[in-house]
Amino acid sequence: MAVEPATAPARRSVGRRLADLLHGRSRVQLALLLSGPLGWLLVAYLGSLAVLFVAAFWRLDDFSGTIVHSWSTTNFQTLWDGQVYRTIVGRTVGIAALVTITDAVIAFPIAFYMAKVASRRTRGMLIVAILMPLWASYLVKVYAWRQILNEEGILNWALGPLGLKGPGFGVVATWLVFSYLWLPYMILPVYAGLERIPNSLLDASGDLGARPWRTVRTVVFPLVFPAVVAGSIFTFSLTLGDYITPQLVSNTQFIGNVVYANVGVANNLPLAAAFATVPVVVMVAYLLVARRLGAFEQL
Amino acid sequence: MQLSFGTRLFLRVSTALTLVFLYLPLIVIGIYAFNASRVQRWPLDGLTLDWFDKALHNPGARHALTTSLQAGLAATAIALLLGTLAAFAVARYRFFGRESVSFLVILPLALPGIVTGMALNSSFTQVLGVNLGLATVVVGHATFCIVVVYNNVIARLRRVSPSLEEASADLGAHTWQTFWFVLFPQMRSALVAGGLLAFALSFDEVIVTTFTAGSDQTLPLWILENLSRPNQLPIVNVVGVLVIALSAIPVYVAQRLTADPAAAGTPR
Repeated sequence: MAVEPATAPARRSVGRRLADLLHGRSRVQLALLLSGPLGWLLVAYLGSLAVLFVAAFWRLDDFSGTIVHSWSTTNFQTLWDGQVYRTIVGRTVGIAALVTITDAVIAFPIAFYMAKVASRRTRGMLIVAILMPLWASYLVKVYAWRQILNEEGILNWALGPLGLKGPGFGVVATWLVFSYLWLPYMILPVYAGLERIPNSLLDASGDLGARPWRTVRTVVFPLVFPAVVAGSIFTFSLTLGDYITPQLVSNTQFIGNVVYANVGVANNLPLAAAFATVPVVVMVAYLLVARRLGAFEQL
Repeated sequence: MQLSFGTRLFLRVSTALTLVFLYLPLIVIGIYAFNASRVQRWPLDGLTLDWFDKALHNPGARHALTTSLQAGLAATAIALLLGTLAAFAVARYRFFGRESVSFLVILPLALPGIVTGMALNSSFTQVLGVNLGLATVVVGHATFCIVVVYNNVIARLRRVSPSLEEASADLGAHTWQTFWFVLFPQMRSALVAGGLLAFALSFDEVIVTTFTAGSDQTLPLWILENLSRPNQLPIVNVVGVLVIALSAIPVYVAQRLTADPAAAGTPR
């Protein structure tokens, strides 16, 4: 690289002069780097969240149907007193927990196979095989389950000769479809967690006389638990806020459905905003517990 | 670990069953796309390619596809820029609140989509008073796509030693030359992978889009609307297959680009 003569600074391009200006001024560089992304996220995103949170304290005038811009906790009172809202919160959290457990149980054997049994080549192929359905269109996957669970669908056709019938549309279908949708989010962190356990530890356990199941129970499970919690962050939070799957495969109301109905049909944004704080609060609490359990290092 | 034959068999069988479970719905929808009848019933009455032709010439689906591509490309461009800037700041500088940047970046994806959607919707319509449309969709998508680019770029920056940049500066290169000749060649595949994943994420998104699209329909919104029209289902089947293909291909490419080349192909 030729050094430019110091006598011709005027001919330097704007870019070059800017580079000189930035040279060694790390605070200025940092400010330039951060202003764009932080500006966007703070203004467009956190600003919007603040607007929504403030709206939770407004209320809908029952007679005129317009939003009254004055502070009140009416919405939270309505939600707290309404038995139906409590049932819906319980149902949503319950399904989210059930889906999380289901996915953890299904994920463990395949993750263990990938981490400790499969050859490197097979492992690579399995990772891609799990990533592809994860990224395939959410909506199309739910729709595919509609086709499968349908009265005249493939499941009833397959079970028919055995004298059995599929679950049809309903809460069971919701559980099944959610478990399907979020399964890859559980497999991948559990696989990564198992991969990190040194094989020598398992061998040592075996040498000391533990049978495989005992090794799994007393050595593998405690070590892989933070990774399961990491996976559960996805399975739990994604279930908590979803309203499309319940709408497509059941008639049951979940938190998301109530929020959506209040924004759209009832045009009651304040109540919707207030109810939307429930999954946010649950999720923040969940994240705090997850962090304490060491899940963040496993993400 | 020494595993008994029975345990190995159990692990193999469960792995195979899990894969069947993961792929069954995708295969089913693939088969339904060739359904000769309008009636969505198993077993199919016959096979045909007609619906592919009809779907490709469906004006609603085509228009929605155009909107989706525009939104995806614009959101990806913004996410690439902002995600890369944030990743550089966090990976190469020390400053107060550095940990919070990662948290802030992931927040739009970690919070339920309905919360992000409602929040953006109310600030667009109530505070800013803008009309919902393609531009607002792009803002929404870019917001939750930043994290994908950010994660890819920061992972790469952690593997690239800062001493290369220092060496470049010592040899007289200015900031842009160091970026263009030293850093960028090493970042390229991470940027492509992050961009592809961001595009796939945007192309697929339903909930935030519902709240920000107004009358501009993206492809997922078109699918959602047409799910309730039995007459349209044959075309929805075909569009579904195409959408899966369009989101799976970028993911496959991104995976190949970010896979550790040193680890690939070597026997265990």
